[in-house]
Amino acid sequence: MIQTSFVSKTIADLKPSGIRRFFDLAVNMEGVVSLGVGEPDFVTSWNVREAAILSLEEGRTSYTANAGLIELRQEIASYMKNRFAVSYQPDSQIIVTVGGSQAIDIALRAILNPGEEVLVVEPCFVAYSPLVTLAGGVAKTIQTVKENEFKLTAAELEEAITPNTKAIIMCSPNNPTGTQLRKEELIEIAKIVQKHNLVVISDEIYAELAYDDDFTSVAAIDGMMERTILINGFSKGFAMTGWRLGFVCAPKDITEAMLKIHQYTMMCASTVAQYAALEALRSGMNDVENMRKSYRQRRNYIVKSFNEMGLDCHIPGGAFYAFPSIERTGLSSQEFAEKLLFEEKVAVVPGNVFGESGEGHIRCSYASSLEQLQEAIKRMSRFVEKYK
Amino acid sequence: MHLTEKELEILQIIEQNSRIDFNDLAKMVDADESEIADTVQKLEDMNVIVCYASIINWAKVDAYHGVTAMIDVKVTPKRGVGFNEVAQRIYRFNEVESVYLMSGAYDLSVVVTGQSMNEVAQFVSEKLSTLDSVISTTTHFILKKYKHDGTIFEPINEEDKRIVVSP
Ligand SMILES: Cc1ncc(COP(=O)(O)O)c(C=O)c1O
Repeated sequence: MIQTSFVSKTIADLKPSGIRRFFDLAVNMEGVVSLGVGEPDFVTSWNVREAAILSLEEGRTSYTANAGLIELRQEIASYMKNRFAVSYQPDSQIIVTVGGSQAIDIALRAILNPGEEVLVVEPCFVAYSPLVTLAGGVAKTIQTVKENEFKLTAAELEEAITPNTKAIIMCSPNNPTGTQLRKEELIEIAKIVQKHNLVVISDEIYAELAYDDDFTSVAAIDGMMERTILINGFSKGFAMTGWRLGFVCAPKDITEAMLKIHQYTMMCASTVAQYAALEALRSGMNDVENMRKSYRQRRNYIVKSFNEMGLDCHIPGGAFYAFPSIERTGLSSQEFAEKLLFEEKVAVVPGNVFGESGEGHIRCSYASSLEQLQEAIKRMSRFVEKYK
Repeated sequence: MHLTEKELEILQIIEQNSRIDFNDLAKMVDADESEIADTVQKLEDMNVIVCYASIINWAKVDAYHGVTAMIDVKVTPKRGVGFNEVAQRIYRFNEVESVYLMSGAYDLSVVVTGQSMNEVAQFVSEKLSTLDSVISTTTHFILKKYKHDGTIFEPINEEDKRIVVSP
């Protein structure tokens, strides 16, 4: 008998992320200005780093409770209440996770029976569909449209629902489009979700980075708390990506189910990172505010510049991505991104890696210094001029 | 003086980078260029923007031999004019870089630069401490500047450590 591979069929069939390919192209190139980075350009605030160092000096190097330090969960509970008007019990409804990423994973695994469908609203973060597959579910995508600034509508949602649909994953403010759903829009979606008895996995990792309208949590909408699994974390708003710390808030029974998975697969999130997060919540809100202000200025700058050079770009309400259309160049998003990288050494991410409906667009992260953005805009104008 | 939110934002950006292009600044705060020019002109006229200076790390310049001292000065305030009159007498000297009225153990904090320690010492003993209302002075020489007005002089490890493309 010939054994071809030891790798499981599920994993072998899993599509590699298109972002990885672009990373490989760009990583060894000199002089690249990158708008391809999906994380803040700020280093974690010194007070947070200092608190982590102190925790190590004090010898806090053991495991914590499975769900995370109770002080941290209490702090998260009051943060969520004060900031987003949602109440969760620290001892039974909050789990501290290894980034929002792990939170999404355990959320899906906790609710899915084999073959159940999860609606994934594209363009979106690249991990959602693979995580649904890994949890034994079936990912069904909904394609949002540029004409509507990539906002999910109630009609689009209802059309995608089948008797097999268990849940929907949605993300606002969104990666890669920056689109933020307003409260009225969420209410319309919530009606459909309730009508069809779905669970919402709401990825609110960019909640702190909302620039124009106040951020509304899905869980804060009437009747949604009991069917929402809320994902949040410290990576984006607090500039703590490398610490790998997030959290998930959910109804008690789902939290208990997630905790079962978490305790066997993770034990607990990193202890030093938990102490850092504690400090971030206790004294970091000023820094968050300052970072938000700075991103907003850079957003304004880059969106205006794209529109000036003829790349049609909606105003992204949050996160740190602009998602301009490159249609007028006649290039596909892959071609555009590759040519731009080779000819002008600017790295962006082609929109199609975030889903079909991302085609014709590129994701440009503006989490870079103004000088870098200015240089990128200069090079991109030259490039677009050539291909228009 | 009451400033609008946009005017405040413009001020904050200019404080960090006074050489910023007005066109870029206009984009950042969602205004047009003429609006920026008018606002800046107004803020200059009102002396809210006082001057556009640079922060220079003189320690890197071989030919520079200057020394700087911070001097805690105790004074007796005068009826009617408080501390203002003596502060004025002090800040008029070219050697004086800054003068602040302080709360706490002394009254005025005076920053003085000179070509040498001797020169500063002479200024303190001959000019500053001989002023009528000055009761005492305590002089601290600055040995090294690490950070000034929010700017770190020799930032370490400031390069971008992020991977070049990520989700
Ligand atoms: C929409 C979205 N969700 C979740 C994550 C994962 O973040 P983390 O695992 O660092 O919390 C990211 C990171 O890029 C993201 O963009």
